[in-house]
Amino acid sequence: MQEAISIAPQLAASPIAEILWLIPAVPMAAAGLSALLKQSARKTSASLAIGSLSFSLLLSLIAFVHVLGNWMGGITTREVVNLTWIQFGTSNVDLGWVLDPLSAIMLVMVSFVGLLIFIYSIGYMKSDENYTRFFCFMSLFAGAMLGVVIANSLLLLFMCWEIVGLTSYLLIGFWYQKPSAAAAAKKAFLTTRIGDVFFLLGIVWLFAQTGTLLFYNGGSGSIEHAALAGLLSQPAAFGLSAAGAIALLIFAGAAGKSGQFPLHVWLPDAMEGPTPVSALIHAATMVAAGVYLIARVYPLMAAGALAGGTTTALTVVTWVGAFTAVFAALIAVAQNDIKRILAYSTVSQLGYMMAGLGMGGVAVGIFHLITHAFFKALLFLGAGSVIHGCHEEQNVRRMGGLKADMPLTFLTYAIGMLALCGFPLLFSGFWSKDGILEAAQHWSVAKTPFYMLVFGALLTAFYMTRQVAYVFFGHWRGGKPAHESPAVMLAPLGILAFFAITLGFIGTPAWPWFRAFLNGKAAGFDWHVLMERELMTLMGVSALVVFIGIGVAWSLYGDRSPKPTASDSLEKFAPTAWGWLSHKFYVDEFYGMTVIAFYAWWGRVSDWLDRRVWGGIVAGVAWAFSLAARLNRFLDTNVVDGGFDKGCEELTVGGGLLSRVQTGRVQTYLRILALAVVALAALLIWSSKA
Amino acid sequence: MTPLAGYLLVSIGLAGALTRRNAILVLIGIELMLNAANLNLIAFWRYGPHPESLTGMMFAIFSIAVAAAEAAVGLGLVIQIHRHAKTTDLDAMNRMKG
Repeated sequence: MQEAISIAPQLAASPIAEILWLIPAVPMAAAGLSALLKQSARKTSASLAIGSLSFSLLLSLIAFVHVLGNWMGGITTREVVNLTWIQFGTSNVDLGWVLDPLSAIMLVMVSFVGLLIFIYSIGYMKSDENYTRFFCFMSLFAGAMLGVVIANSLLLLFMCWEIVGLTSYLLIGFWYQKPSAAAAAKKAFLTTRIGDVFFLLGIVWLFAQTGTLLFYNGGSGSIEHAALAGLLSQPAAFGLSAAGAIALLIFAGAAGKSGQFPLHVWLPDAMEGPTPVSALIHAATMVAAGVYLIARVYPLMAAGALAGGTTTALTVVTWVGAFTAVFAALIAVAQNDIKRILAYSTVSQLGYMMAGLGMGGVAVGIFHLITHAFFKALLFLGAGSVIHGCHEEQNVRRMGGLKADMPLTFLTYAIGMLALCGFPLLFSGFWSKDGILEAAQHWSVAKTPFYMLVFGALLTAFYMTRQVAYVFFGHWRGGKPAHESPAVMLAPLGILAFFAITLGFIGTPAWPWFRAFLNGKAAGFDWHVLMERELMTLMGVSALVVFIGIGVAWSLYGDRSPKPTASDSLEKFAPTAWGWLSHKFYVDEFYGMTVIAFYAWWGRVSDWLDRRVWGGIVAGVAWAFSLAARLNRFLDTNVVDGGFDKGCEELTVGGGLLSRVQTGRVQTYLRILALAVVALAALLIWSSKA
Repeated sequence: MTPLAGYLLVSIGLAGALTRRNAILVLIGIELMLNAANLNLIAFWRYGPHPESLTGMMFAIFSIAVAAAEAAVGLGLVIQIHRHAKTTDLDAMNRMKG
């Protein structure tokens, strides 16, 4: 199913490509500036953040229109600007940025969604005293994320990637007074670090093999044809070529960032952060960075594939993605925290994207990434609005009946939920998910991922319906009555809802504009494609699955309003399975028993080694030195000092003796002198005779 | 013969300088030894290998001039000592011992 990509070789960079670096630089500068502001400078910091991101959005739109213009003119371009960062010996470390359809689309998505979430944050964070710090971190995040998007060098990408990880850490732990938030921040940082170590290994290996970390450099980049041919001919281990091994290492980094099994554990805990953070970082953009990374290095991932075939790396990506999609969706079924459900849903959808990349190529995965970014940001912001309206209540079982109290939130949330479920024809999630299912259906290796993903779609419809039924239907089960959110929070919801619907139409099978744009083809409108038997069946299956999911969930949860303490409807059916699901398959406990227990044991061993062995050695050395010092002191006082004193005494005595000679009688001196002269004369005379 | 006269004069001067207790007489003995040296300079020049080049005479004249200055300094010292200690007896001048 993978289409050949026809993108023209590098042209001379256009003016907009030359200044592309401003897009990440301006929000980063804004972050730096607002770091200098006082806590009370609330308006300034918010305006700095929003202003800088608006500027980035403007530039991104110009860049996008520029690429779009080229594409409509028939040439899809990839413009790169490279510069040497460090030079040592004969090798260079280059940095650079790239403007091609992929980065242009991502730039617009990140800056647009980011801007909406920034605006929303004005309302959401209104009563937080650390408002200034919040916007500082958010700007830093936005800048770094845009940097990831434009990077043409794996190194630059990695740098921004790490800044993004840092801001994620800072923002999850934004309410660091809460121990759970601090723990979640640490967990996120450490878990993604595991992936990043592999990623870094991949980077180093790639540099060692190709001598460059630039993606594209007029034919000599590391993922261009020449370098890939070299990498393919280099065997690594287990029958993999170096290209395959490096691709897998890079995928490990992407899996950490994008919450793929088994590194997904940090993402649900990351919901401890403020909700706009969850929306921006842990749903729409940062977690998609892993998917974007795979798309960016796609030539490397796909290197060595035969026509229509696949590679080890892509197969691994597919299986991990498909497994994560089902696994996380299952967990989401049994969660009660409104944000946690969405978090597991995000993990699941990221699995879809990965599977889409693995089976259908860049366009399929990225299309789902883009639509997901919009509707998941919408859902998170809607959840934030709900939490805000319910006085910081997050348990869906203590909500209910909000459809009357928060009509606008309900409306937008319902749109987001339908888009996420993949409700047929109207919503964007349907088209992007169908693209992935279609690719899965035609995958040459196995059909299992297809069934897994269909099952995942059923679960998605189920858990989203369950959530919506709990939150918006039935009657209010909380304490104080809920209230609707202010306009500054509702407006972004409306805009996102609009895109959650319309964005799907740029990538329907009838008009595959998105795919054509990314792959550098012309997009034709063909109504009849929709009528093809195969596609009709697929869409029918997909729609049926969604209806079943929604229907089953509605019959179980719709308008029931169970007491918060009563057991869940599903729990009554299968208590054991429910236990597994609500405990997230005990993955955290498993890690606690294995990895963390091992590290704790290892920590104790190290502590023991430190105290007993190394400490003992250090103490022994110190003791030996102290002994030597005592000996030295003894020698000093008794031998050296004594000898010196004795010498001085002898000198005094000698001087006293000599002074006796000096009588003061001049004539005695003269006598001695005369005697000496006589003696000398005698000696001279005697010696001259001889 | 003249060197012999020189030796004689040195011996007389040395004996005077060593045996006399009066500082002035010791000075006179020293002057005698100096003049013996001058006599020897003249004699060794006159009967030496280069009598044509007046070096010995120049040396002697120079020496006599220095001796005159030295005698003046010595006498000055003796006068000062006499003023200080009211004596010119050298055996009483023993305060410069170590």
